Amino acid sequence: MHLNALAFSLVVALGSFVAGFLGSLTGLGGGVVIVPLLTLLFGVDVRYAIGASLVSVIATSSGAAAAYLREGYSNMRVGMFLEIATTVGAISGAVLAAHLSTSVIAIVFGLVLLYSAYSSTQIHEEMHRGLPPDQFATLLKLDGSYPTPNGLETYHVRHVPLGFGLMYVAGVLSGLLGIGSGAVKVLAMDQAMKIPFKVSTTTSNFMIGVTAAASAGIYLRNGYIDPALAMPVMLGVLLGALTGARVLPGAKVRTLRIVFGVVIAALAVEMIFQGVKGRL
Amino acid sequence: MVAGSGKAAARAASDKAFEMLLGRLLRSGVILAAAVVFVGGVWYLAQSKSEVENYKIFRGEPAELTHAAQIVRQAGSSNPLGLIQLGLLLLIATPVARVVFSVAGFAIERDWMYVVITLLVLLTLLYSLASSSLAARP
Repeated sequence: MHLNALAFSLVVALGSFVAGFLGSLTGLGGGVVIVPLLTLLFGVDVRYAIGASLVSVIATSSGAAAAYLREGYSNMRVGMFLEIATTVGAISGAVLAAHLSTSVIAIVFGLVLLYSAYSSTQIHEEMHRGLPPDQFATLLKLDGSYPTPNGLETYHVRHVPLGFGLMYVAGVLSGLLGIGSGAVKVLAMDQAMKIPFKVSTTTSNFMIGVTAAASAGIYLRNGYIDPALAMPVMLGVLLGALTGARVLPGAKVRTLRIVFGVVIAALAVEMIFQGVKGRL
Repeated sequence: MVAGSGKAAARAASDKAFEMLLGRLLRSGVILAAAVVFVGGVWYLAQSKSEVENYKIFRGEPAELTHAAQIVRQAGSSNPLGLIQLGLLLLIATPVARVVFSVAGFAIERDWMYVVITLLVLLTLLYSLASSSLAARP
C-alpha cells in the first residue's frame, strides 16, 4: 500500500476506534485486536505493533478506571498485592520479547487470543458464596465486600499463592505481547482465588495500567514505540473505548460478544498460521 | 467483634474516598497525555508530505526517541515526533503516579503492611523504567 502519512494515520485511527469500541462493549479490551489488525492488515512488524498496542492498553485502563472505581467493585488491596507479581512478570515478558523470534511471538499471541475468545463467550454466575476464610488472605487483609441487589455482600479470598503465580504468568504475557491480558487476570482472581466475577473484572482493569507501565519503559528503550504509529492507535482506541462505555448500559451485548468472539478466533488462527509459516 | 467491624467499615469508607481520588488522577493524566499526543500528531501530519514509513521492517527508534531526557529535548526543539513521544511518556507516568499516591493513601490509613507492598510495586516500576541493563540494545 502506498499511502501518505495523513491517509495512513486516519485509516489506522479508524480501525483502532472500532477495536476500542468493540473491546469495551464486550469486555475483551481493545489491545487484543490491535496487534492482529496492524500485523495482518497493515503489514506492520510485530514489534512495532505490540509497542503501539501496549500504549493504547495503558490509555484505556487508566481512562476507564474512574468509572469502575465509582461503582465500588474493585478491591485495592487485592490489586496492589497482585501487582507485585504482574509487574515482575511484565519485566520478564518484555525482556523475553526482545530475544524471541517474531514468529514465536505471533504463535503465542494466537493461542492467548483463542483463550480470550473462548473465555468471553462463557456465562459467569456468582458462585463463590459462603467459603471459609483463608489464612494468607486474612493475614494480607484481602477479604472485602461488594454491592449486590441484596446490599453489600462480603467474600473470602482463597488460594492466594496459586492466584499470585497465575498473575505472574499474566504479567509475562502482557509484557511479551503488548496486551492487558485481562482474560488471564480474571482467570486468576475469579477461578483460582474465588473472588466474585464483578470484583475480578474491575480489579483486573485497575491492574492493567500498572502492569503495562512496567514493560513500557523497556519497549521504549528497545525502540518498539514508534510515535507516528502509536499516535493514531492510542487516540483511536481511547476514543473507541470511551464511546463503548457510554453505549454499554443500553446495549444487547450477548450477540455482539459471540460475533466478536468468532472474529477474534479467526484472527487467532490466522496469526498462528502466519507465525508457523514465518511470515510475521 | 463490634469494634472490629466498625474498624473495617471505617477502612472501607476511607478506601472508597481514596479510590475516587485515584480515579480522577488517572483520568486527568490520560486526558493530558492524549491532548499532547493529539497536538504532536496534527503538527507531524501538517509537516510531513512524504509517504508513510515502512513498518514492515523493524529498525527500532533512534536514540533521541527512546530516552526520557532526550525526548523532552526533542519536544522542545520543534520535533513533532518528540512531542508525541512526550505525550506517551506522560501516559506511561500516569499509572506510576497512581502507585505513588497509593503509598501516601496507605500511610494515611496507617496500614504499614500495604505501604511496604505498594513500595515494592513502585520500586519494580522504577527499576524497569530506569534500568538500561534490561534493554536489548545499549
